[in-house]
Amino acid sequence: MVESYDVAIIGAGVCGANIARRLSQYELRVALLEKEIDVSLGTSKANSGIIHGGFHDNIKYLKAKLELQGAMMFERLHNELDFPFERCGILVVALHEDEMRAIEQLYLQGVENGVIGIEMCSRERMLELEPKLSSDTVGGLYAPTGGIVEPYRFVFSLVESARKNGVELITQFNVAEAVSENGFWTIKAEDGRLIRARYVVNSAGLHADEVSKAFGGEEFTIKPRKGEYYLLDKTTKSRPGKVLFPVPTAVSKGMLVVPTVEGTVLLGPTATTVEDKEDFSTTRAELDGILKSARSMVPSISETDVITSFAGLRPVYGDDFFIDISKKAVNLIQVAAIQSPGLTASPAIGEYVKDLLKKLGLRLVEKADWDPYVRKVPRARDLSPFELDELVKKEPEYGEIVCRCERVSEAEIVKAIRDGHTTLDGIKYVTRAQMGRCQGGFCTYKIIKILMRETGMSYEEVTKRGGDSVVLKGEL
Amino acid sequence: MKNFNFDAVVIGGGAAGMASALELKKRGSSVVIIEREEELGGILMQCIHNGFGLIEFNEELSGPEFAQRVHEQVEAQTIPSFCGTTVLDIRPEGDRKIVYCVSSREGVMQIQARAIILAMGCRERNRGNIRIPGSRPSGVFTAGLAQRLVNIEGYIPGKDVVIIGSGDIGLIMARRLSWVGCKVHAVVEILPYPSGLTRNIVQCLNDFNIPLYLSHLTTEIYGKDRVEGVEITPIQNGALVYEKSFRIPCDTVLLSVGLVPENELSRNAGVEINPATNGPWVDSTLMTSVPGIFACGNVLHVHDLVDYVVEEARRAGSFAADWLAGKHPVRELRVKTGANVRYINPSRVDPSRQNKLYLRSLIVKNDSVLEVKVDNRVVKQLKKAHIQPSEMLTVSLGPDELAQSGMDAQIEVSLL
Repeated sequence: MVESYDVAIIGAGVCGANIARRLSQYELRVALLEKEIDVSLGTSKANSGIIHGGFHDNIKYLKAKLELQGAMMFERLHNELDFPFERCGILVVALHEDEMRAIEQLYLQGVENGVIGIEMCSRERMLELEPKLSSDTVGGLYAPTGGIVEPYRFVFSLVESARKNGVELITQFNVAEAVSENGFWTIKAEDGRLIRARYVVNSAGLHADEVSKAFGGEEFTIKPRKGEYYLLDKTTKSRPGKVLFPVPTAVSKGMLVVPTVEGTVLLGPTATTVEDKEDFSTTRAELDGILKSARSMVPSISETDVITSFAGLRPVYGDDFFIDISKKAVNLIQVAAIQSPGLTASPAIGEYVKDLLKKLGLRLVEKADWDPYVRKVPRARDLSPFELDELVKKEPEYGEIVCRCERVSEAEIVKAIRDGHTTLDGIKYVTRAQMGRCQGGFCTYKIIKILMRETGMSYEEVTKRGGDSVVLKGEL
Repeated sequence: MKNFNFDAVVIGGGAAGMASALELKKRGSSVVIIEREEELGGILMQCIHNGFGLIEFNEELSGPEFAQRVHEQVEAQTIPSFCGTTVLDIRPEGDRKIVYCVSSREGVMQIQARAIILAMGCRERNRGNIRIPGSRPSGVFTAGLAQRLVNIEGYIPGKDVVIIGSGDIGLIMARRLSWVGCKVHAVVEILPYPSGLTRNIVQCLNDFNIPLYLSHLTTEIYGKDRVEGVEITPIQNGALVYEKSFRIPCDTVLLSVGLVPENELSRNAGVEINPATNGPWVDSTLMTSVPGIFACGNVLHVHDLVDYVVEEARRAGSFAADWLAGKHPVRELRVKTGANVRYINPSRVDPSRQNKLYLRSLIVKNDSVLEVKVDNRVVKQLKKAHIQPSEMLTVSLGPDELAQSGMDAQIEVSLL
């Protein structure tokens, strides 16, 4: 018996997750299909984690419209869900007089786009807003509404909320084929599993072109554009208070210095077009360029503060988002080419796609019992000694600090596992354990033991992120 | 919240913590040890090879045996300890300090003391710290994590291994993994000389025919889900020679690329850190920039031998007891690093008594001379048959050398 749904969403990144949560408000059967073992493991995992300021693109673009709408939806989402978010503000830094012309254009575009509070800044104003800036700063732009989020926690929380309200998450479902018959799509996974759905949303990120092809939809090619990053320890003395952008180039918004919402500092991304959609490798030449660029804005940045490097891939096709009702495949919505500012726009994309589905004829009846809130998991690192003491009395596992660098307790790890995050990377992105300065050197074996205890896995089944990423190769 | 009062709190129950607590107790102070693992002993517990204790106990012991010997003394002296307990914060408040710590059994505890001994040890540098590019597959471990997995948890991390860095833990693990049936294909070291002790090169690599590539850099780790290999590039005259790069297929990479003192708690307590050691600046009594907070062992600077750690820790305990009794040196002299010296610890001496200083070389040299000058006057010369950065040196300075020095005399130690 093949399960039937009203809507199948392909890809549980930030777009799929927002769409799923939006649709969870209606009396619908919704399936969220993800090819990986956990959600948010593609482009949504490795990006700058910022809420853009609404001035980089002209409002004539769909991406700019959705960016402006999406950016304003984060307070409410932050209140309902459980992810870190802060409106710390964005500065665009001009290091030469001739860059001030570009700054002025960004300013005018911001004003035209209706950005609240945007201002042009003198050198003095810039250095007052951000004392860690280089003394070479000549001026810049300030967008106080810009902000920072932890992107994967945002996705995890959206998916948790969607599931709580009835959406079914199906992982390791890699779409291979699709056939339309009698008003239903039958979707077949690589491993032979089948599901049926009346409407399909293609939010498959880097693989949206392949998925479109499987449905006989528009033909296009997603080109991965790699972005490499460095992450600096919380103890760095170079953490700015605001997101720092250089003046943008033709292909990208440039390499940023981002004070992450959890206290570390992110440097990057680079921008290199690559062929392989699985190529998440970093390169020496690119990484060296990141430090150079970051130091031009914040000279005190030191390579001794680097705790890790990583790369993400932007799904590039054309110069705007491609979100529309397919003109070739029936009852298919394309949500493709969602590169920057996709994270910022994603809540508005959820709204937009809901409207497109309605236009296709999907009946939307609001659920009487829709619950927008998810439970907020207390984090040992956020609590005062007194608060932690109270919590340990109720839940003693909060007193077992497993990850010393990020101060993550066993209770938080057990909760992540029980929520279905059963890989080392999944646990890392949910809890931050292994994400700090020792990068798991002290806590990995403890997490492996907890994972085996909680799930009954054997050591051979413990993986970094599913598939062949096994961690242990033998027993004594 | 539970409250406790002691003269001194020792943070960390490894060799340094236990030895300093023993000394404090011997001097009549009340002391407690806080340890985050379930038992005392620290990293020694996973070092099941021998080579420990030659100086301290005059015999060759394994790590757990060494820890056991010290632990027995701690038990005999009935020194209390909180194990499975993580320190959250150290707050200096006037001449008292409050240590907040948490365990699942006791909840958060608040311990008041007049003296604190920092003995938290060090952590391993990891892939991110040395910035090896490439993909991020599973199968990359620090050597110490691999040691824990094999020696205590009973798991083998991989079958075909390349070890990056020639630090002692990496060398020990090359031998350990060979013994459990793994093939160690290479040890790759960026420097022109090994980072580990000579005896470990001989016993762990040469005896197992494991090639050591000196002056080679790991320029890429590749593999999609699990490590599939590494790319190695030779260094000539300080530059990478990419034409001579080669690949070694393997499923596991171990990193033994140095240790960093763990001073996040110290920093939060206001302790100033010496960038040369990544440990606190200390005076001649191993007291940090915060009065009443002392440091010893690998949290102060990374040692070669646990025997040195214990010796230093005993002195820290003794100095802390002096401080609790109101005794502190009236005059100290500054010690500077001269030619070829990376650092000296402590960097201050008390001219009224004998001082023991540890130092590390910046160079490899045979027939070297360790020279101490006071205001450009040579007061001591020691012949050293061989010096290298990986082997710590010691020198003793006391009234014999320092008695005639003026109030602001400059002491300089050089390796010539």
